[in-house]
Amino acid sequence: MNKPLKQHLIDPEICIRCHACVEACPKEAITFNDDNVVVDVAICDGQMACIGPCPTGAIDNWRVVATPYSLEEQLEWMELPEQQEIAADQGEADSEALDDAIAALLAEAHQGAGGVARAPASAAKPTVNLHGLENPLKARVQGNFRLTAAGSDNDVRHIILDLGPGHFPILEGQTIGIIPPGEDAQGRPHMPRLYSVSSPRDGERPSTNNLSLTVKRVQGGVCSNYVCDLGRGDEVLVTGPYGATFLLPDDPEARLVMICTGTGSAPFRAFTMRRQRVMPTVNGRMKLFFGARSPNSLPYFGPLGKVPQEFLEKHFAFSRVDGAEKTYVQDRLRQDGEALAAMLGDARTHIYLCGLKAMERGVEEAFNDIARASGLNWAEIRDRMREEGRYHVETY
Amino acid sequence: MSDTINVSYDTQIPNNVGLSSDRRVLKALEKWHPGYLDWWKGQGPDGFQESLVYLRTAVSVDPKGWAKFDYVRMPEYRWGILLAPQVEGRIIPCGEHYGEPAWQEVPGEYRSMLRRLVVIQGDTEPASVEQQRFLGKTAPSLYDMRNLFQVNVEEARHLWAMVYILQKYFGRDGREESAELLQRRSGSDEKPRMLGAFNEETPDWLSFFMFTYFTDRDGKMQLESLAQSGFDPLSRTCRFMLTEEAHHMFVGETGVGRTIQKTCERMREAGIDDPTDIGRVRDLGVIDLPTIQKKLNLHYTLSLDLFGSEVSTNAANAFNAGIKGRYRENKIDDDHRLRDATYPVSEFTDGKIVVKEVPALTAINMRLRDDYSRDALGGVKRWNAIIKKHGFDFELTLPHEGFHRQIGTYTGAPITPEGEVITPEEWAARRDEWLPSKEDGDFIASLMKPCWEAGKYADWIAPPRVGIDNKPGDFEYVQLHMA
Repeated sequence: MNKPLKQHLIDPEICIRCHACVEACPKEAITFNDDNVVVDVAICDGQMACIGPCPTGAIDNWRVVATPYSLEEQLEWMELPEQQEIAADQGEADSEALDDAIAALLAEAHQGAGGVARAPASAAKPTVNLHGLENPLKARVQGNFRLTAAGSDNDVRHIILDLGPGHFPILEGQTIGIIPPGEDAQGRPHMPRLYSVSSPRDGERPSTNNLSLTVKRVQGGVCSNYVCDLGRGDEVLVTGPYGATFLLPDDPEARLVMICTGTGSAPFRAFTMRRQRVMPTVNGRMKLFFGARSPNSLPYFGPLGKVPQEFLEKHFAFSRVDGAEKTYVQDRLRQDGEALAAMLGDARTHIYLCGLKAMERGVEEAFNDIARASGLNWAEIRDRMREEGRYHVETY
Repeated sequence: MSDTINVSYDTQIPNNVGLSSDRRVLKALEKWHPGYLDWWKGQGPDGFQESLVYLRTAVSVDPKGWAKFDYVRMPEYRWGILLAPQVEGRIIPCGEHYGEPAWQEVPGEYRSMLRRLVVIQGDTEPASVEQQRFLGKTAPSLYDMRNLFQVNVEEARHLWAMVYILQKYFGRDGREESAELLQRRSGSDEKPRMLGAFNEETPDWLSFFMFTYFTDRDGKMQLESLAQSGFDPLSRTCRFMLTEEAHHMFVGETGVGRTIQKTCERMREAGIDDPTDIGRVRDLGVIDLPTIQKKLNLHYTLSLDLFGSEVSTNAANAFNAGIKGRYRENKIDDDHRLRDATYPVSEFTDGKIVVKEVPALTAINMRLRDDYSRDALGGVKRWNAIIKKHGFDFELTLPHEGFHRQIGTYTGAPITPEGEVITPEEWAARRDEWLPSKEDGDFIASLMKPCWEAGKYADWIAPPRVGIDNKPGDFEYVQLHMA
């Protein structure tokens, strides 16, 4: 039997036949007639050079198929076929989550890396999709603590979920889904919302079967308000784990540059705690660039202060402190430019970016400038690092 | 080594052309910049300059990650100069210099011809911004408003693209032409824009969608043929502009499609089977299909005029010189010189339409126009599929090439959209059957009520199937700032 495969397709109802994808594909896998633009499954190698140039999003469609749709079929389509039922025994090795919607969300979050994301070579093998929509894990709230100062209008919570006897193996950098109760405007049950875990693989304290999340209350947000209002003992439906690339290298030689804003700090808390547990004496190999409006609204500001600077070199950037100039993470990156430039040339360096999409551009520009100042080409370095599993972006 | 893929920000003007080490051009552009900003503030979207708009900005010419989305105040948009990467060993793709290495400097003998092409292309870019400056006020949703502003800032970036070519390669003349580009105004009596369609009004959103579908598609074809220029910097500029232009086609095609969708849905709900029952359809607060056909007729024919005369020695000269190719010239399998080839061209003589074979070299405009019409047909098919899906017996069509023309062999000819030659009197009497009347315009105008709540759409247009940048349906694409 054919192993099911994820086929790249173009939605003919949304596509406007601008042929930007045709030009972009280095493999010449995309062809067209007067009506449709189509991808040749025999040539497409999934490097996604076509995704960025598409002005409509028509290019970003996938179907898991046992037998791929032929070019002739696709050229005749007036609309995309529905996803057929596939015996879901096993997905592809590198698929981050079989569920289409979740896969799409993760793909979007990882888009900023500029190409197909890969896991660090020395990362532990992740488990994904253990619990789907049909069989979510029932977890219980063990704690709900406010992380930001009471006076700050930024309400960020540290939520600890007890997984009970449940089997839920999770790695630092992975994501879980939480299904908020109730229905959406169309009367359908809510889809899960994704949150990065902020605890290491063996729990908040070693050998506890629990995990923690860092959740910001968003005005009007269905799930964030639900989670932020949870009380001790409440039951929560959890799906996942998800994500197979934004992971921590196990190699103690690896140098980490972690850049985040707000709740984007979650995976980096997990990374730091993991390293504190398994390699507590390895100094000088982690840098954290962390942006927030003010110290009051920076999650984990207190605990972070207790991590020795030799173990984790911290660079905070505050954009709203009275009397001080606005500073963003990219400004701190530039200030540390010389050290960073040296790291860019080091094959042991891993760069992680997590937080709001809006930070991507500033960070890109900063690395561009840092690289150029040292006669390096950032785009090339970034692409190489990404291909080697050393450049990771998760933004939303 | 200069990095030609990523944009550098070490000057005021983001660019990938090494502007910081090109003092002369940098200085000239810095001098031009304040006038440009004045133009944008005076002629750009009226009343929304302080609003935060979720826009994409080109940050690289690497197709994998060429643009980033973020909230921006439009006057702070980072208009930059971006050229597609130079292709090693590129040759002049057509004309008598076919096969020679592409020019990296302006060939002296073609200097004025080239300058004129660049100026005409450049003139259309700010013109469309001017034509559309009041539309924001009647936007049917924040989504549509964002799309309008995206089109506007990118057309303005295309002005930058052409001004860069002028300033970099045309010296004093280039500086003067660049200044002129900021002085002409769409629809002005004293100093109008250079081409007819760019002096027409864009009075309502259906016109805007038709304009972006039909007229921007002319732009696309012109850019496609300039992308085939033997003058390499122009080719590289136009190739990158095409990446952005695709979004404009998208706004037009889906805008018209969503209008049709809503009309069909409302007719079905109301139990109307006859789409030509205009009065009843209009009572539903949607635009009837026959009126959409009239709008299509108008915008399609205005756009055909933009291709110039069917038989043209100017076009032949430009092709022969190798400074403007045909659509997808590098994919065409012929001698690329058109020494003996002929091409069929219609001619209107003595009240009759006759098709003649003429030297293909003189029919360059005609061929590009034919490519355009084929390209334009694609969307019309999609629109018809929507109508058919709702079970209505009605088909939108592209009118005959001789209908309602002001340029070329058919100028003023009394020809119906079906291609029938009638008397001028009959044509005048039946004009309002084919083209929007004042009454049609008034009706459409009556529907143009702003709808600015996130996730909501005016009653005459359906929501889009997918959001921009994959955003959810209730995303706030524009954060309005009302002074």
